[in-house]
Amino acid sequence: MKKTADPSWPDEVHALLSAAGVRQVAVVPDAGHARLIRLCEKDKSMCVVRLTTEEEGVALLAGAWLGGEKGVLLMQSSGVGNCINMLTLPIACQFPLLMLVTMRGDHGEFNPAQIPMGNTTQAVLEAMGVIVKRADRAEDVTEMVSGTLRLAFNTYRPVALLIGQRVLGAKDFRKLTQSVPK
Amino acid sequence: MSKLLRRREVVTELLKGRGDLMVIGGLGAPAWDITHAGDHDLNFPLWGAMGGAAMIGLGLALAQPKRKVLVVTGDGEMLMGLGALATIAVQRPRNLSIVVFDNERYGETGMQETHTAHGVDLAAMAKAAGFAQAPGVRTMGEVSKLRKRIHAGEGALFAQVKVDPEKLPLVLPPRDGSYLKNRFRVALLGPDALQQ
Repeated sequence: MKKTADPSWPDEVHALLSAAGVRQVAVVPDAGHARLIRLCEKDKSMCVVRLTTEEEGVALLAGAWLGGEKGVLLMQSSGVGNCINMLTLPIACQFPLLMLVTMRGDHGEFNPAQIPMGNTTQAVLEAMGVIVKRADRAEDVTEMVSGTLRLAFNTYRPVALLIGQRVLGAKDFRKLTQSVPK
Repeated sequence: MSKLLRRREVVTELLKGRGDLMVIGGLGAPAWDITHAGDHDLNFPLWGAMGGAAMIGLGLALAQPKRKVLVVTGDGEMLMGLGALATIAVQRPRNLSIVVFDNERYGETGMQETHTAHGVDLAAMAKAAGFAQAPGVRTMGEVSKLRKRIHAGEGALFAQVKVDPEKLPLVLPPRDGSYLKNRFRVALLGPDALQQ
């Protein structure tokens, strides 16, 4: 497994979101977002809203924009399927929506059950009319977040950035059978 | 003659003297109900997004903590987004009220029964999720009390109002989502909202 040691992009992305005035951070956790979630939780200018399912975040952030606040939805690619009908809201009403999606069922996946959703994440989002961009190298993530953030909020659209599993490293299930991670 | 409350009378009472109350209307009859009480720039009636009304209310309530937010929705719509009860209860927004008009039916699709016709108790579910206040409302006197609580902003508040499964003429709000969004934002945030 190839994994970037202590990547700097979560810190840079947090700084970007903060500078852009993002206040509501809607979250269904993923290991790939763990550091960014921690940074947002520590940030007193941000309100982290834990969700039971990702579609709640799509609705939450429509409400946030009605009330004059920007938000971001942090989620895993498996959750994209949960969002599909709720994406009606940002599409029909032209709400800005930034979805930062960490990929599963992608580069080096171990779990067969992750493949059906992971392999179709981009196609499914695009079929709904969401603009989709990808970052497959750690050094590209910050710049891609910057670009997708501006796309979403300048042009009032749902935009998803898929952060590839190559950036995050695939979960090593076999290793987890040997020892409990600290 | 049913003794159940009539939804249009309830909504008219809840929105009486609404002031700057912001109102989300869930997909279907609740959207027609809030429009029946008077179309308003601070109404956001939903033409879709089933299961999302309460969460839209949460995003709005968090963004505008000094203003009151009322979500009026139906039992079918609420049942589709039950997780929102947990998410909202954890956030505890004092300025958010969710009122479910529970006619125990999917009214827009042929009056098929929902789970609430078979014992599922939405108010009890809201309580179990952590809403300190989740009254069941059965009389117009209780509706008047509910109205006061909504306007007092001492939530988060959930209320289940059992209503007659009557068939009523639709009262349609504008259906251009971008218009509904922009008129709401301008009414709340001023004309500069369109420059953001």
